[in-house]
Amino acid sequence: MKYLLGRLAVFPLVMLGVSVFVFVAIRLVPGDAITAMLGTEGGMLTPAQREALAAYFGLDQNWAVQYFRWLGGLFRGDLGISVTYGQPVLDIILERFPLTLQLALMSMVVALAIGLPAGVFAATRANKPSDLIVRIFAMMGQSMPNFVVALLSIYILSVGFGVLPTMGRFVTFSENPLGNLAQMILPSIALGTAFAAAVTRITRAAMMDILSEDYVRTARSQGFSQGYVIWRHALPNALIPVLTLSGVEFGYLLGGAVIVEQIFALPGLGRVVLDAILERDYALVQGVILFIAFNFMLVNLLVDLAYAALDPRIRYGGKS
Amino acid sequence: MKTITSTAKTTARALALLSTALAAPLSAQTLDLAWSQDATGLDPHTQPGFATIRLLELMYEPLVRLDEGLELQPALAESWSFSDDGLQLTFQLDGDAMFHDGTPVTSADVRASFERILDEETGAIARANYTSIINIETPDDATVIFELDAPNAPLLNGLASVNAAVVPASAIEAGTLGTQVIGSGPFTLDARTPNASANLSAFDAWHGGDVAYDGINISVLPDETALLAALRAGQADFALINDPLVATLVPRTEGLQLNAAPTLSYYVLQLNAAREPMGELALRQAIGCAIDRQDVLDAALLGEGEVTGPLTSPAYRTDPSGLFCYEQDQDRARELLAEAGYADGFTATVIAANGEPPTASAVAQVIQSQLSEVGINLEIEMLELSVYIDRWLAADFDMAVALNGGRVDPYTMYNRYWTRDGNLQGVANYIDDTLDTLMNEGRAETDEAARAEIFGNFESHLAEMSPWIWLFTGNTYTAQTEGVSGFVSSPTGTLFGLVDVTLAE
Repeated sequence: MKYLLGRLAVFPLVMLGVSVFVFVAIRLVPGDAITAMLGTEGGMLTPAQREALAAYFGLDQNWAVQYFRWLGGLFRGDLGISVTYGQPVLDIILERFPLTLQLALMSMVVALAIGLPAGVFAATRANKPSDLIVRIFAMMGQSMPNFVVALLSIYILSVGFGVLPTMGRFVTFSENPLGNLAQMILPSIALGTAFAAAVTRITRAAMMDILSEDYVRTARSQGFSQGYVIWRHALPNALIPVLTLSGVEFGYLLGGAVIVEQIFALPGLGRVVLDAILERDYALVQGVILFIAFNFMLVNLLVDLAYAALDPRIRYGGKS
Repeated sequence: MKTITSTAKTTARALALLSTALAAPLSAQTLDLAWSQDATGLDPHTQPGFATIRLLELMYEPLVRLDEGLELQPALAESWSFSDDGLQLTFQLDGDAMFHDGTPVTSADVRASFERILDEETGAIARANYTSIINIETPDDATVIFELDAPNAPLLNGLASVNAAVVPASAIEAGTLGTQVIGSGPFTLDARTPNASANLSAFDAWHGGDVAYDGINISVLPDETALLAALRAGQADFALINDPLVATLVPRTEGLQLNAAPTLSYYVLQLNAAREPMGELALRQAIGCAIDRQDVLDAALLGEGEVTGPLTSPAYRTDPSGLFCYEQDQDRARELLAEAGYADGFTATVIAANGEPPTASAVAQVIQSQLSEVGINLEIEMLELSVYIDRWLAADFDMAVALNGGRVDPYTMYNRYWTRDGNLQGVANYIDDTLDTLMNEGRAETDEAARAEIFGNFESHLAEMSPWIWLFTGNTYTAQTEGVSGFVSSPTGTLFGLVDVTLAE
């Protein structure tokens, strides 16, 4: 409990740090909203026109003024207005986050559904041909970037079958469950397979460690079946490193999967950030990054808590 | 792919059909349009971006419009005339023209729109084209008179742009132009999610006639290859393609048609005469002689385009082979280099923007290898677009590979660079009396034949002085499925031709 409170106390500090960092970083990038909007045509503006636009985009104040104005809004739950969307940043985040969350969850399901059984299978057949085959597949999966999987799947489907999940016209799950799943399944597979390979390898290594431990051998000698020992005794312990890995990966996925979102034209958070950076939409970049950072920390905290629940040997602040 | 069993095919098709059928309720006839870059805003006066203009042209109207032959056609105005002294330009508005909110378009709206464009507070992007307008008279609801400070022949063509669109005076007052579209064009905007999708409906009361289908659904697919996949799978009927490499794949696909039109925008190697040694005329000419333009075009754009001189508009464009050193001549390049005092060549940096256009880095690389043959050593600096723009506007480069926008009228296209008081003279960094004089003569002259001669002289002098090395024009591409017919491309890249399209049942 004390540990939890300590962790929670750090939250605001980290968020403040992130907010300053993002605020400065995005402004250090050359070009501003005016450059992004006008391109080389910006050279056609008279000085008075340029000033008017700078005032419109809020670029006429110095950084400190801009920052504290934004921070003040933040405490009132106002993340500012996006100049490219013409709507409040918070609305955009809330509109796009469900997609990102769904994609992250589905990718995790794909990864764990493939990775856990494959890892256990390989560990129980250590150094046999079947183990080798699983390991080769895992190596391939890990070394193939997710966008390659994505592009290949689009190519094979569109050229070979003349079909494709609907792209660019996203429907939410609540509007149309089937249509939504049809749109999300390919991106989830593209994102999930690379991670599945990592899960396979970690599961296999952890299982092999545990299967050689004393208590497992004891359990076996008492006549428990192989399957019972593996699933009941060994796997929960082997899950700990998998959980850590999955937590970190999930945290990343909540930040949006930029490349896969680009390829499948999904309007998730990753693309929102990318477009916002390219269009120098400062308020939107700041708001979304802050939101992503918050999610990342939250997921990490939950993972650490689950850790303690899973492994009674771990006692924070106590004797290890 | 023949190994795939038909059962698997049928199942996959059925699944996809099921999912699309479920995703889109069966509705009236709509055109599914896909493009990779979305509009960056909705205010027609402040947005110069190619993608934004493509969208807004379907909803807002200027007074006049350019057809696919770049001839002026009526839009909101049904007729127009200059006074004999060239100081008054009078428009008669189409009495049937109506805004999407049902109010008629009147001369008061035209006046309010141009007052807004000319007001520096607005930040209107094309303002420089209309500064010769000193007064706007509206004798009645259907008549607008622009009073000019001097004869200005290019003004009419300059008005044929959505950046000079007529918007409702009430929308200006309410300040809603950035968030809401109330135009007088063929389509209304029903819904839009930036960088994702937009829904347009045909506007029944459009004064220009009837559109043969009910609306357009636009999808933004950021990856150009995904556009092709969407066409193949029948998810898109029509797509706007930027990347020539993707465009060349379209004709190889059964059932797809590629429309290409040569653009007005031109690829150019800009030399910065303010940087040593580019101030030397002989050295600049040497660079021009060392380059084989057709070879750059073939290697970097797969030959998809045409070698050009400075003038790219069909009415003024001529065979460029008569211009200074338009055939590669390496011996002459070496002589000129020696004359400039650089017999052993020199080293310079060339900037280019990443992915803008997609072919920029290839163009830079081919030029690099061609110049190395005469001893000129180029270092390529690839920059993110905004960084490139900042450096370009500050003239902070030795050389730059650029794709610059073209206009129908040579004066409107080049006065920014090649007149003494041009807004971008500081970027061009070269000017002489001949260029300045010819430009201003061309502005005041109204006789077409005389203008062609003036700009012909301007072009050959510009090519000889070689402040920049003009290379070629590319193409603007759209692709369509068999169900779409009647679309005509235009060199401006406009999609306005969609109003004449019919869709198969």
